[in-house]
Amino acid sequence: MSKRGWQEIPIAGIPFLESTEYHTGDWKVFRPVIDEQKCVKCGNCWMFCPDSAIEWDGESVPKPNYKYCKGCGICAEECPAKAIEMVR
Amino acid sequence: MQKVVKQRMMALNGDEAVAWAVKQSNVDVVSAYPITPQTLIVERISEFVHNGEVDMEFIKVESEHSALSACVGAAAAGARAFTATAANGLQLMFEILYITASLRLPVVMVVVNRAPSGPINIHCDHNDTMGARDSGWIQIYTEDAQEAYDSTIQAFKISENPEVLLPTMVTLDGFFISHTLQNVSLLPDEVVHEFLGVRKVPKIKVPEIHGDKEVPLMLNPRYPLTFGPLDLFDYYFEHKRQQIEAMMRAYKVIEEVHREYAEISGRSYGDGFIEPYRIDDADVVVVGLGSTMGTTKTIVDELREEGKKVGSIRVRVFRPFPRERLKKVLCNFDAVGVLDRGISFGHYGQLYTDLCATLYGVKDAPAMIDFVYGLGGRDMPPKLLKKIFEEVLEARVKGPEPVFRIKGVR
Repeated sequence: MSKRGWQEIPIAGIPFLESTEYHTGDWKVFRPVIDEQKCVKCGNCWMFCPDSAIEWDGESVPKPNYKYCKGCGICAEECPAKAIEMVR
Repeated sequence: MQKVVKQRMMALNGDEAVAWAVKQSNVDVVSAYPITPQTLIVERISEFVHNGEVDMEFIKVESEHSALSACVGAAAAGARAFTATAANGLQLMFEILYITASLRLPVVMVVVNRAPSGPINIHCDHNDTMGARDSGWIQIYTEDAQEAYDSTIQAFKISENPEVLLPTMVTLDGFFISHTLQNVSLLPDEVVHEFLGVRKVPKIKVPEIHGDKEVPLMLNPRYPLTFGPLDLFDYYFEHKRQQIEAMMRAYKVIEEVHREYAEISGRSYGDGFIEPYRIDDADVVVVGLGSTMGTTKTIVDELREEGKKVGSIRVRVFRPFPRERLKKVLCNFDAVGVLDRGISFGHYGQLYTDLCATLYGVKDAPAMIDFVYGLGGRDMPPKLLKKIFEEVLEARVKGPEPVFRIKGVR
């Protein structure tokens, strides 16, 4: 999609898309990969993720959403089962 | 044409005249921090608030950075916001100056010109507001207390115009205007109320978020918008382009507001942008800003009596710079003296450089000399002004060299 010109966007620097349209995960270097065998489904990664980029239904293995995950590694650090590996 | 309304005259100094203008302008929020020579503005306004004479929120803050930040928040919430400062206070606001302009918030600020430190000085020069000339604010330099009053009222109307939506800085010379008592004509409250009305928040369309509905450009939980988020190389430049265009549209709005105001008050300042004085058959003119231009008129009169064809032009609006007007008028003269109460170290005075850029490549451009004077409140006596006129007259024969001359320094 071609980018909009100055007459096609709102003034005052107001964003014209909802924040979910900004894929802040684009710039990550490492991404968290969860080992389903090791995961104890405690929900720590889901709770600690500063960007709410880990999706969890409360029962199964949580899933990182790579569209928004910036790759900070907090989930890996907080995982008590060492089930999360940061992969380049 | 509207009839000029009956007005009441009060003996006020420049600061008090500004405070009265704010009192009458239906301002919702004032947030300011006192600094000489602006203090009287804050004092008078806080008295008005304390005495219940105005329906206004006065936010006390710990610094100028916070003062302007509070105005940004208030204006983003739809309020008419005002602040005032000088020199060092303005410098502490620097970050927020650019933010106010880029968020397109019509904040009005009065700056009482004071020389920036150091060494510490409390008297007038223009280097403080000249430092802020590129921040995206409209700048109006006034000549006396009456004009400071008139321009403060006009500033709200200019800034809030949906074609503009930029903040305006009205300046007055520290002590020369701020602390000098003058007869000031005040419009009746209801006339100012009618002239300005209540601030109208413009509406914008953000289809991806709010559909076809036009939503108010303000912080409003009903129609959420984000103000001032990250804006990198993909869209920042487009937003700056919008600011450039808004400044261009401001020319027309400033002129209209000035004319409308003149119709009810009976007072005008040239065409609102430049105020020429006895230039019709002049050979040379002196161009400058602020209170010095009052003295300059007296000197023009004296020299005219001696048979010398001289005139003066006061630049009232510095941003947007009235380049087309100045280009047109200045080519009529052989030589032009530029009075700069400021200096860009390593270059010339700010007015001179802008005039050079305006006249570059123009056929019949006059010879131009830059006279830097009055830094730190150094007086500009009539005798010195006369000497400057003589030097400009001489330049008709001898040429403008040297073009950079510092006056009134030992």
